[in-house]
Amino acid sequence: MSADTHAAGPGHDAHGHGDHGGAPHGTRRSYLTGFGLSVLLTAIPFALVMGNFIANTQVVIGICMALALVQIVVHMIYFLHMNSKSESGWTLMALIFTIIIVVIALAGTLWVMFHMNLNMMPGMEMPGGM
Amino acid sequence: MATTMTETTPPGTEAPAFWDLDPHEHPPGASTMLGFWLYLMSDCLIFAMLFAAWGVYGAAYAGGPTPKELFDLKLVAVNTAMLLLSSITYGFAMISSDEKRQGAVLGWLAATGLFGAAFLAIELYEFSHLLHEGAGPQRSAFLSAFFTLVGTHGLHVTFGLIWLVTLMVQVARRGLEPANLRRLQCLSLFWHFLDVIWIGVFTFVYLLGVMR
Repeated sequence: MSADTHAAGPGHDAHGHGDHGGAPHGTRRSYLTGFGLSVLLTAIPFALVMGNFIANTQVVIGICMALALVQIVVHMIYFLHMNSKSESGWTLMALIFTIIIVVIALAGTLWVMFHMNLNMMPGMEMPGGM
Repeated sequence: MATTMTETTPPGTEAPAFWDLDPHEHPPGASTMLGFWLYLMSDCLIFAMLFAAWGVYGAAYAGGPTPKELFDLKLVAVNTAMLLLSSITYGFAMISSDEKRQGAVLGWLAATGLFGAAFLAIELYEFSHLLHEGAGPQRSAFLSAFFTLVGTHGLHVTFGLIWLVTLMVQVARRGLEPANLRRLQCLSLFWHFLDVIWIGVFTFVYLLGVMR
């Protein structure tokens, strides 16, 4: 990671500050690749849920979440043109920071609230006694 | 910002001593893209909180209607297609702007606007349908979380559309000048970002909601 940032540094400086606005652009081909992958990654979960091909709901949920994650990465690469070099790597740093915060916030919220719900069930006797 | 501090003013010179001796320009908008990216990341945190609320309240039906009874997946699939199509047409607008073809840029932006408007129209139809069935945001915590999350996304798309139309007028009147190119890039990030959020919405709210 830090090696990437350093490698991007000199090349970026050589272009001067005028290149700051020059975010990497995609080609027609890369946009179409991203679009094709997105269509596929959207169609599969919809088909699985609407068609009831797999009886086990847990498996379907797992596939849907995995494909969503893959599609988010596809969008990041082909549509948002994320790479380790844009803005000397600062966009990627901001993204990694955001992902860490999002994971902590989401996982923390769900974990705490799930256990709170569990422990606040009406009429529930605490095993240890209050 | 990396400033060069290696050279100091030699003794005896009259020139005022500045630390930043390397001459370099800061053209207008030099940091716009990074700044806008940081805005998107903070927006991402807003959506993360709304997704967390959905995760907590998504099954709190309060004896009211459940996602299975309310959501029409065919409609959601059409909606998803609209947003995805608007994403690719915006991509073509960006390619046309690289090639300095103003007419093509305006054409692709118009196509993006139409798909975006179709998305919003379908979403508003869905919302009005839900409200009509008495499944408004006040019915249960599940519906409150649903309307807040999906509504916030829809609001973003609305503002994106306003921005898109404004930008079309600017491009038509002043051409593909640097400032307009920069704005096109910012809206590109914004528009594709909204599509990324929608992936989370259709997966976690609609598909997983129906399976609950």
